[in-house]
Amino acid sequence: MPWRFLFVGGIGNHKKGISMGHKTFAKGIHPEYHKDAASSRIEKAALPKTVIIPLSQHAGAPCAPLVKKGDVVVEGQKIGDASAFVSSPVHASISGKVKDIELAEHPAGVRGMAIIIEGDGVVKDWTAKGAPVDPSTLAPEAIREVIREAGIVGMGGAGFPTSVKLAPPKGRAIDTVLLNGCECEPYLTADHRIMVEQAEKVVWGLRCIMKAVGAGAGLIGIEENKPDAIEAIKKAVGSAMNIKTVILEAKYPQGAEKMLIKAALNRKVPVGKLPLDVGVVVNNVGTAVAVFEAVNLGKPLIERVVTISGEAVREPKNLMVRVGATFEDVLAQCGSIKGNGDVRVLNGGPMMGIAQSTLTVPVIKGTSGITALPVKDARPLKYSPCIKCAACVEGCPMSLMPYRLGEYGRAMRVDDFNSWAGMSCIECGCCSYVCPAKRPLVQWIRIAKLKGRQQAAKAAAASK
Amino acid sequence: MLSTLIIISAVSMGGIGAALAGFLAFADKKFKVEEDPRIEALVGALPGSNCGGCGYPGCRPLAEKLLSGEAPPNVCVAGGNETAIKLAALLGLEAKEHKRTLAVVLCRGGNVEAERRASYAGDLTCTASDLTAGDKSCAYGCLGYGECVEACKFGAMAMNDNGLPVVFYDKCVGCGACAKACPRNIIEMHPEDHALFVYCRSKDKGAWAKKVCSVSCIACGLCVKDCSVTGGITLKNNLAVVDYNLAPQNDESTKRCPTKCILSGIEPAMTKQNYLASIPKKAG
Repeated sequence: MPWRFLFVGGIGNHKKGISMGHKTFAKGIHPEYHKDAASSRIEKAALPKTVIIPLSQHAGAPCAPLVKKGDVVVEGQKIGDASAFVSSPVHASISGKVKDIELAEHPAGVRGMAIIIEGDGVVKDWTAKGAPVDPSTLAPEAIREVIREAGIVGMGGAGFPTSVKLAPPKGRAIDTVLLNGCECEPYLTADHRIMVEQAEKVVWGLRCIMKAVGAGAGLIGIEENKPDAIEAIKKAVGSAMNIKTVILEAKYPQGAEKMLIKAALNRKVPVGKLPLDVGVVVNNVGTAVAVFEAVNLGKPLIERVVTISGEAVREPKNLMVRVGATFEDVLAQCGSIKGNGDVRVLNGGPMMGIAQSTLTVPVIKGTSGITALPVKDARPLKYSPCIKCAACVEGCPMSLMPYRLGEYGRAMRVDDFNSWAGMSCIECGCCSYVCPAKRPLVQWIRIAKLKGRQQAAKAAAASK
Repeated sequence: MLSTLIIISAVSMGGIGAALAGFLAFADKKFKVEEDPRIEALVGALPGSNCGGCGYPGCRPLAEKLLSGEAPPNVCVAGGNETAIKLAALLGLEAKEHKRTLAVVLCRGGNVEAERRASYAGDLTCTASDLTAGDKSCAYGCLGYGECVEACKFGAMAMNDNGLPVVFYDKCVGCGACAKACPRNIIEMHPEDHALFVYCRSKDKGAWAKKVCSVSCIACGLCVKDCSVTGGITLKNNLAVVDYNLAPQNDESTKRCPTKCILSGIEPAMTKQNYLASIPKKAG
């Protein structure tokens, strides 16, 4: 029957292209990956002369400074902390003197309080004294305490404090720890290089996290387009029975928490719920390495691997950068920016990264990459009316209707937005990417989410 | 043959129409909803702009509230004093004076005065650009995409050449729609007798405020000293704040302001006519 063929063709549309039959989630998109820096080894960046350390680099309560202007600090010293549960301390990433504590640029776009340290050039030695300890001998509470004190947050970008993630509420059993090595954002290769060069540390970190949450199984999800990483991780895992490597289709947003859980474990996180409601904890591979360093070396999260890439960067690189080094500093070590034209510099990759207005913003714990694109690649200001082609509906990994949500956002109709489940949008940007009319759908959706939060806060204040 | 067809259809359609019209006429009498005739009269006296400035969804809901006594007759902002008198007469109440309020745009940092930190490439509305903290360096100033002008239903606002909204003194009815539309709360509603305003909302420290905008309040405190009544003007969060219960509305305290961000009595001059006259005429 002809209609049946039509039907099958329609449903299968999103799978057109590169699929090699690996595990994945429904919908999503296949952007051009531009992994220019994939083969360049992680290099140590030059020690910055000054660092700007924002007091809020994580989801949750911002820190209060523990130092004063003029204080002398040493590398790794805790300089900011908060008493709230959902928070994470910040540490001095270089030794030196506190120059000032003031409002400074923040890669999220809004200026915030930051501690500015002028360096004295002294470098602390963090190399290991002996062989790594066996994670199974550690107590879960002790691991969580070390992780909290080391200021470790999710290094994929959202910056959720890891110690909170690893402390599931009573009665919720976690059976699987999932390490996220997808790195589906175009241009970014930091996680890829970490898996290739530090596979042992990744696997050790995974074991440690499994011990902390009492999970029996560990999974490392890697996209099929990183064969060297898959090989390195498989080698590091060796014959361990409780840790598996899952090869996933290269598709955006494969690295989004909910998509990854669906692809790797075939579990669906219900709307408004967290991965721990389906017995899973997801962590970035970079976070696993940070856990290794915190537990074995006592080193807090003061530096991270950052991919500097994009068509406007002369030498794309993966650099080990101190938290707080400015984008200007980091870009200068990559041959700075090509050409005289306008450039868009993003904190992160091109899909979810935040465009910066100045290069004096610091690298923070969640900065996985600095992407510099010539502006001719940037989206034009003009968009045309929606032709209801449903490309966005086909691309939305959360199975929402972005064209509709976007309209509600633009008109600030929060109730309608909520009734179409708009709050479950993960802002991955697939809809804006595929829209042939170039409509800024994610931006409108973000307006509705913001207005929704404001209304809810107002209602909560009124009911008090 | 054809003519018969036309006749048949005309007669049948006409018949059906007549029957239904008869039914409607009957239903109109039989199922009539009794409504207080005063509501109709009150709606007639209201301006019918449905601006929402009174706090009710529109003119008819306001009329119902007026009748039940929940809303006082001087609540209509769009109609002003005239409407207040009319409504009071209809309701048999004593007319109270309607105090006119006006929208004041408390930012003068336009394209010339304010520094732009980057070029913005998103959707060109204030709320959308505010998500990225705007393209101007000042985090408190006017974003300049005119959502307030779009919200005005009375043609009392326009975006000037400098990328700032202007309120026409003679046209503004004080409904407050522009103030609600502004994501940065730059527009405030003030009674007509207020004349002294600090045209800046920046809570940044003086050095930064001065760097990013030449007409910002740098919290130097000269206006505080020059104000003849102690406490009439105070500094709060690096910004001069006028206490309208205390401060005299003349311009004595504005004279020494180094950035000319505190001014007195400039609003009445901006009428629609004056604004149109100030725009340079285009050739041809």
